[in-house]
Amino acid sequence: MSQTDQYEAVASGSKSEIASFEDTRKGFVGRFHHALHTTPALVPLIVLVAAIIIFGLLLGSKFFSPFALTLILQQVQIVGIVAAAQSLVILTAGIDLSVGAIAVISSVVMGQFTFRYGLPVEISIACGLAFGTAIGALNGWLVAAMKLPPFIVTLGMWQIVLASNFLYSANETIRSQDIAANAPLLQLLGAKFKIGGAVFTVGVIFMLCLVLILAYVLRHTAWGRHVYAVGDDPEAAELSGVNVKGTLISVYAIAGLICAFAGWALIGRIGSVSPTSGQLLNIESITAVVIGGISLFGGRGSILGTFFGALIVGVFTLGLRLLGADAQWTFLLIGALIIAAVAVDQWIRKVAA
Amino acid sequence: MEPILKARGLVKRYGKVTALDHCDFDLMPGEILAVIGDNGAGKSSLIKAVSGAVTPDEGTVTLEGQEVRFSSPIEAREAGIETVYQTLAMSPALSIADNMFMGRELRRPGWRGRYLRQLDRPAMEKFARDKLTELGLMTIQNINQAVETLSGGQRQGVAVARAAAFGSKVIILDEPTAALGVKESRKVLELIQDVKSRGIPIILISHNMPHVFELADRIHVHRLGKRLCVIDPKDYTMSDAVAFMTGAKEAPQAA
Repeated sequence: MSQTDQYEAVASGSKSEIASFEDTRKGFVGRFHHALHTTPALVPLIVLVAAIIIFGLLLGSKFFSPFALTLILQQVQIVGIVAAAQSLVILTAGIDLSVGAIAVISSVVMGQFTFRYGLPVEISIACGLAFGTAIGALNGWLVAAMKLPPFIVTLGMWQIVLASNFLYSANETIRSQDIAANAPLLQLLGAKFKIGGAVFTVGVIFMLCLVLILAYVLRHTAWGRHVYAVGDDPEAAELSGVNVKGTLISVYAIAGLICAFAGWALIGRIGSVSPTSGQLLNIESITAVVIGGISLFGGRGSILGTFFGALIVGVFTLGLRLLGADAQWTFLLIGALIIAAVAVDQWIRKVAA
Repeated sequence: MEPILKARGLVKRYGKVTALDHCDFDLMPGEILAVIGDNGAGKSSLIKAVSGAVTPDEGTVTLEGQEVRFSSPIEAREAGIETVYQTLAMSPALSIADNMFMGRELRRPGWRGRYLRQLDRPAMEKFARDKLTELGLMTIQNINQAVETLSGGQRQGVAVARAAAFGSKVIILDEPTAALGVKESRKVLELIQDVKSRGIPIILISHNMPHVFELADRIHVHRLGKRLCVIDPKDYTMSDAVAFMTGAKEAPQAA
């Protein structure tokens, strides 16, 4: 053994300070790449700011006014809330196709419990929120305990929930006037208030708070770190002591709860309870998440990115409409943005670029 | 002396493949037990069975005289058995500190921890930095860098540091020096001695015979899913051990 000890002994005289290197890629691209790698929400933020500036230059005060800018917030509030739920699920390397259906059935439960069974509106809303959470938890149980792929589970759940929604509501809309007269609390998230020229709704404030709370929870609590770890590598997370099953079920359940809140906000936005509303929320929420830079493979990205992604869609939609462009141009540009966002994501992931 | 960790008649089958065939296992208090064996001999299955990563089909595991049935690594960890897996079990996108405290995060004292459940990042980072410094992992520049930006050896060092910092009854190391450089290997071997001197027994799985013979108090030779024999490294040479585990030589009967 003495021979082996000698060559190893040489190493004991080595330096003991923490290594540091000259940053060789001092160039702008290198630093920019590093910033993007550590702060993934930066890309959508840059795109958002650029889009606002460009439309502001093209349209002037028609676009660049407190009224128009807050109108965007109102228009994206539902998608923004649903996209927050979608972000949580996608961070665990899953996907939730049932988000829109959960939102709609929750709003229908809130409305029908109040008007069909005459329950106090507060209890109906609590029932709607609980119902959304329960569907989410069922999704999570099927994914975590039955080991079914999230895509399949939520594809099935989407159909089941949507069909139940039509069967239960008998495709009846509860009219806006009736709600305003008998159960105004259902429209609470649509209540408007003005600050100068800016118009906000309670739903917009709810969306902003939700995003900030989730950003905090994901970054600064153990549960948030577990969500990332599960999305990154579930086996490694399990071996290093994370309750993977519990984390997954809680993520889907919370996503269900957030969708139920989106259902409540939906009543506020359209005024009535309509079982046919919110059909595009699935795709729109996934779009916001992808443009926001969250990786569909899980474990990477931030909720702020999703929020910026939702706003980008809103800015494009309103900006192009004010420009008088065909609505198809919006879809075309959003499509290009999705592909660009994923391309940027791949570039960022290259650690050794 | 009663073994601290004992297994009797462990059987684990994966479909038609038998990984463990009525395998016995004993770890004495305060010792370093090396487990050696050919590839596919069932070493990893044995380790997974005692560390809770797989549930054996038959057989019993006893920790400090109490029969235990771990259904997950979390339970084994709570019982004081800490394992460094060959795959290292780390989340690549998360930071070193996040990984070291995965599943046992520290919360801030006071209201921010209790009501906001905020993590105590400064304390976690300091602890992680101290442990890495103890291990001599000075080439890690930033404790907040993502694990995916570390080299293979650095990752291994972080995983070993994590186990050494938290293991209370048994530490299991699956190929701890496989990816390490000379200096880092030496540090890990020193760390193993250091952990042993604190009275914590260690199970060391390794193909590196010089390391095994240097450290181990006893060597468990695994062959075809069971314990072939247990030898004292002072009584046999490395060639003998290799001959036993490959079946080139009859194993000694009294072990």
